[in-house]
Amino acid sequence: MTKRQRTTFIRSGQYAIIVVIIALLAIVGHWNDFRLQFLDFHSMGQILPRVLKTGLINTLLYTVMAFIFGLVVGLIVALMRMSEVRLYRWIATVYVELLRGLPTLLVLFLLNYAIPTLFGPSSKIFSNFYLLVTVGLGSVAAAYMSETIRAGVQAVPKGQMEAARTLGMSRGQAMRLVILPQAFRIIIPPMTNEIILLIKDSSLVYALSFTATQYDLTYLTQTAASGGISGIAATASPLLLAGIAYLVVTLPLSQAVRALERKQAKRR
Amino acid sequence: MTQTVTDFEGQGAISVKGLVKRFGTVEVLKNIDVEIKKGEVVCVIGPSGSGKTTMLRCVNLLEQPTAGKIIVNGFDVTDSECDIDAMRRSIGMVFQQFNLFPHLTVLQNLTIAQTSVLKRSKSDAEKEARHNLERVGMAHKEGAYPPQLSGGQQQRIAIARSLSMNPALMLFDEPTSALDPELVGEVLAVMKGLAQEGMTMMVVTHEMAFARDVADRVIFMDGGYVVEEGTAEQVIGNPQHERTKSFMFRVLNPTQVEEGDEFPAPPVGGVEMVKPLALDPNLGSGQAGY
Repeated sequence: MTKRQRTTFIRSGQYAIIVVIIALLAIVGHWNDFRLQFLDFHSMGQILPRVLKTGLINTLLYTVMAFIFGLVVGLIVALMRMSEVRLYRWIATVYVELLRGLPTLLVLFLLNYAIPTLFGPSSKIFSNFYLLVTVGLGSVAAAYMSETIRAGVQAVPKGQMEAARTLGMSRGQAMRLVILPQAFRIIIPPMTNEIILLIKDSSLVYALSFTATQYDLTYLTQTAASGGISGIAATASPLLLAGIAYLVVTLPLSQAVRALERKQAKRR
Repeated sequence: MTQTVTDFEGQGAISVKGLVKRFGTVEVLKNIDVEIKKGEVVCVIGPSGSGKTTMLRCVNLLEQPTAGKIIVNGFDVTDSECDIDAMRRSIGMVFQQFNLFPHLTVLQNLTIAQTSVLKRSKSDAEKEARHNLERVGMAHKEGAYPPQLSGGQQQRIAIARSLSMNPALMLFDEPTSALDPELVGEVLAVMKGLAQEGMTMMVVTHEMAFARDVADRVIFMDGGYVVEEGTAEQVIGNPQHERTKSFMFRVLNPTQVEEGDEFPAPPVGGVEMVKPLALDPNLGSGQAGY
C-alpha cells in the first residue's frame, strides 16, 4: 500500500465511524419526544416577544453596564499595578488575585447578603438591583481586564514612553496620548473575549433578587421552560430560543473584531 | 533655530562633572567630565559598551546618574528639585530606533507634544510642524503613518518632531545605526544642515565621515572613561592613546581585522586612511567600519 492509499484508507475509516455514531444516535434517540420538548414552535412564538423585549435587552444592558464599570476600574487597577508606589501595586495585586480567584456566582451571592447587612435592607441606593449587577459583574470583569490592559501596555515598546517623555510630556500625558491608544489596539481581541465572557456571565444575575421585568435571557427562558409563566407550556423550547439569541449577539461580535483586526493590519 | 535659544538660560549647553553611573554592580560610567558650549557640535565615538549612549541618556535623565553633576541649558539635572519636564522640553532627542508614534500620522507625530506640552493652538502647531517637515524634506508625507515609511524617512521625521519643540540643544543616540546603508546619507545630510544653522548638538555615532566633516570636537570613550578628546582631525586622524589608535584602525580598516584577531596593532607612524573619507554625507558612505 502506498502512503497515499494508506491515508485514504484511514480517512475513510474516520468517516465511517462518524456515520455509525450518527446512525446509532438516530436509532437510539427518542426523537419524537425531543421534537416535542425542544421544537414546540407554538410556545416559542408565545415567548419570543418577551425573549427579545425583556430577556435580550436586559442581558445586553447588564453586559454593557458591567463592561463599562469593568473597563474603568480595570484601567485604574492596571495603572496601579504598574505604579511606582508600592502601596498601589499591593492594593491592585490583592484586588486582582481576590476577584479572579472567586466564582462570579459567589461574588454575586456575597454582594446580595453583604449590602443589605452593611447599609440596611431598605437602603434605596445600595440595594438598587442595577447597581448590584454593575458592581458585581463589573468588579470581576475588572480583575480580568486589568491584567489584559497591563499586558497591552507592556507590549508597547519602551522607546515610545521615552520618546514621549523626551518631548516634555509628563508620565500621565505620555500614558494617555501615546501608550494607551497603542495598548488598546493591541488588546482589542482579548477584550472581545472578555465581553463574550461577560455576556454569558450576565446569566448569573439570578443570584441577586430581581423582578420579572429584570429577568435576563437565561432566567426568563428557564422560568418559561419550567412552567413558571402562565399560558406557556412547560417545554425546553424557550431555552433553545435563548441559545439562538446569545449566538445572534456573540457571533457578529467576533466577526466585527476580525474585520477590525484586518483593517489595522492593512495600515501597518 | 536662533529664535528659540533665547527661551533658556545658559542656552544650549551641557556641563557634565564627575558623572558616575552604575547598573547594579556594573560601573558603566566612571567619572566623566564633558563640556559642550552653545552652538558646538560634539561627536562621541567609541566601541560598544563604552558608555557613550548611557552618558547621553544621563543628560536628559533617561538614566538616573549615580553620582556627579550635570547642568543642561541652565537646568541642574542632578538636583532633585529640577523640573524634569521643563528641562526635557529644552532638549531634543533622536533615538536609534526613531520611536515615532505608530498610531498617529506624521503630522500628528509633530503636533501632539506641541499642543499637549507647549499648549500651542492646533493651527500654530501644524504651521510649526509643516515648517520642520519642509526642513527635513518630508512635507509630502504628512498624512502617512510611520510604519509605511522607510527608516531614513522615519528618522528625518523624528528629527523634525524634536525640532518642532524648538529645543536649544539636540541629542542624537546613534541616529543612523538602525538604517540600511543607502539610507544613512539622507539623515546625515539633515543633521549637517542643523549643525550649519548653529544648533548645539551631541551626537553618539559610528559615522567617522560625519564626525570629520561636521564635528567641532570629537570625544572618544572606552570602558566608561573619556579617553581622548579634541578636534576630529586630532582624534580620528592622529589619535594619541593606544586604545583610540586601535579603535580607529579597526573602524577605518575593517577588512584587515581577521577572525580572532581582536586588537590588531596599528601600523607604525599612526593610522593611515585606507581611502579618503567621503566628506559629503549625501554620498551616504554607509557606516564606516561596521
